Amino acid sequence: MNFHHSSRTDIFESPDFYEIDDLLTDEHKLIRQSVRDFVKKEISPIIEDACQRAVFPEHLVKKMGEMGIFGPTIPQEYGAGGLDYISYGLMMQEIERGDSGMRSTASVQGSLVMFPIYAFGSEDQRHKYLPKLASGDFLGCFGLTEPDFGSNPSGMKTNLKDMGDHFLLNGSKMWISNAPKADIAVVWAKNEQGRVKGVIAERGMEGFSTPEIHGKWSLRASCTGELVFDNVKIPKENILPNIDGLKGPLKCLDNARYGIAWGALGAAMDCYDSARRYALERIQFDKPIASFQLIQKKLAEMLTEITKAQLVCWRLGMLKNAGKASSAQISLAKRNNVEIALNIAREARQIHGGMGITGEYPIMRHMMNLESVVTYEGTQDIHLLILGKEITGIQAFV
Amino acid sequence: MKILVCITNVPDTTAKISFTDSDTKFNKAGVTYICGPYDDYALSRAVELKEQSGGTVTVLNVGEADSEQVIRKCLAIGADDAIRVNCEPTDSYFVAQQIAAIASQENYDLILMGRESIDFNGGVVHGLVGEMLGIPSLSPVMKLDIDGKTARITREIEGGKEDIEATLPLVLGCQEPIAEWKIPNMRGIMTARTKPLKVVEPTGDDLTVTRKFELPAPKGAVKMIAADEVEKLVDLLKNEAKVL
Repeated sequence: MNFHHSSRTDIFESPDFYEIDDLLTDEHKLIRQSVRDFVKKEISPIIEDACQRAVFPEHLVKKMGEMGIFGPTIPQEYGAGGLDYISYGLMMQEIERGDSGMRSTASVQGSLVMFPIYAFGSEDQRHKYLPKLASGDFLGCFGLTEPDFGSNPSGMKTNLKDMGDHFLLNGSKMWISNAPKADIAVVWAKNEQGRVKGVIAERGMEGFSTPEIHGKWSLRASCTGELVFDNVKIPKENILPNIDGLKGPLKCLDNARYGIAWGALGAAMDCYDSARRYALERIQFDKPIASFQLIQKKLAEMLTEITKAQLVCWRLGMLKNAGKASSAQISLAKRNNVEIALNIAREARQIHGGMGITGEYPIMRHMMNLESVVTYEGTQDIHLLILGKEITGIQAFV
Repeated sequence: MKILVCITNVPDTTAKISFTDSDTKFNKAGVTYICGPYDDYALSRAVELKEQSGGTVTVLNVGEADSEQVIRKCLAIGADDAIRVNCEPTDSYFVAQQIAAIASQENYDLILMGRESIDFNGGVVHGLVGEMLGIPSLSPVMKLDIDGKTARITREIEGGKEDIEATLPLVLGCQEPIAEWKIPNMRGIMTARTKPLKVVEPTGDDLTVTRKFELPAPKGAVKMIAADEVEKLVDLLKNEAKVL
């Protein structure tokens, strides 16, 4: 697939008002700069065309693999990065600065496919799948959400039946990023005892299909689909042996939500950077619109929220590195950062005036993308309830 | 093949330039440093040549400890080891002396560097190093292929190009499109952690002292003259700009 290259040069610079770079190592900064250079070279020039035409830039999977963007915190012996969580966060920030759809592809591959295989899989499963997923030779997807069970995954209908020498998998999953192109799927299903188990389904297994969902107004450069299992024979060696219950997928979501907190910050930074430049260039009433108080108010509020979100991300990354980040702490960061990113995208859209609705600028694309990001991996409301339970000790989900 | 790539640690192209100490020192505060873009081309080609026919790539920087983040990037891109001559690179002759002192201890087949640094833009270090070592130097080199001991080089000349064959060892000042800039991947960044970076002390003395830096005068406002007002334009060029 050929993509039309944008005539605009990506000149993004990230704000660092509180000199948070001083908290990063030289290696962190090199990782961030390298991924930023990668985004400017490979993603920014084509992403507008890919989104306008709703085409998944499949060739980027291999390139992201070569860059080492998939599963960077998984040890090097499995072909992955062996890096820390600040590095992973900075990578997600930079990729989503380019496009949330591309970050979704990377998040799913790293946090939702490679992580469970590494954390819950057998040594054979790790060696069989992880190097190919890390290199981008394989694309993976994660099946948890079902048509009737989104915020309530424990109600899932997808089920596993023990047939002696294999399992039989039946059911369907919905809103699955990467599904239409995925080589493997980590699927969560209930066994006959009603316990949630993880299995690895492979493309080509009889009865397994991945119809694409069309007509999205969001994440248009990401491929999204369903997973349909009609008496799919799953070999016994494809079950993830070291996990039992819903905490398995929830641990995966913790990692992905952590990446989203950083990623949404990247999208917010891109909107802010574009709005700041535009406000300085756009002349109305014989002066740059940046000289008007209401524009300055918008920019000042954006920078304030970005700076706060940067500090949240950095601290959460240090907690992750120490193995201390709780699900509730991750919820706070995911919810806050996606919300501020959406607000910043909307304010940036106003600053760009009419140009803000065109593909000349990244604003509308980020804004539409963020409408998915605010919903997937726990809606705003669910994250509020997670925090509410943390504060009060009372769960209010049902 | 043994390749030495000399790199500079220079302010990013978008850095805001100012001075301290009564305009005698560059103000480093808040400035991001990068590997000189022309040096980056030289390094990329060196890594490609190593991939094609084996050998080693050593990165050399004449600079202070703050250069090491840029040196690590070069190691992440594919250089095998690095040497830093621990001093401030004050002028071209001083820098060339340091490079020649290192190069004379090893038999490098190729000594590559950018055609010029992008801070002081002297563009003479490759020539000086060639002279000091008694080997040919060529610049600006746009294309480089190696066949045994023969280098096939395309050099940019006024209004055209020149194809040259020369025998190794050589010193070359490089520019685009000799290679495409390489972005380090995560594996490269991880392996760069343990690659050797040797720090050595400088030899020789600085010959120059900076008395004062001065920024160019700010650009004036642009005057737009309508296409049918040629006489007005000529008058302004004669009497205001005084260029006619």
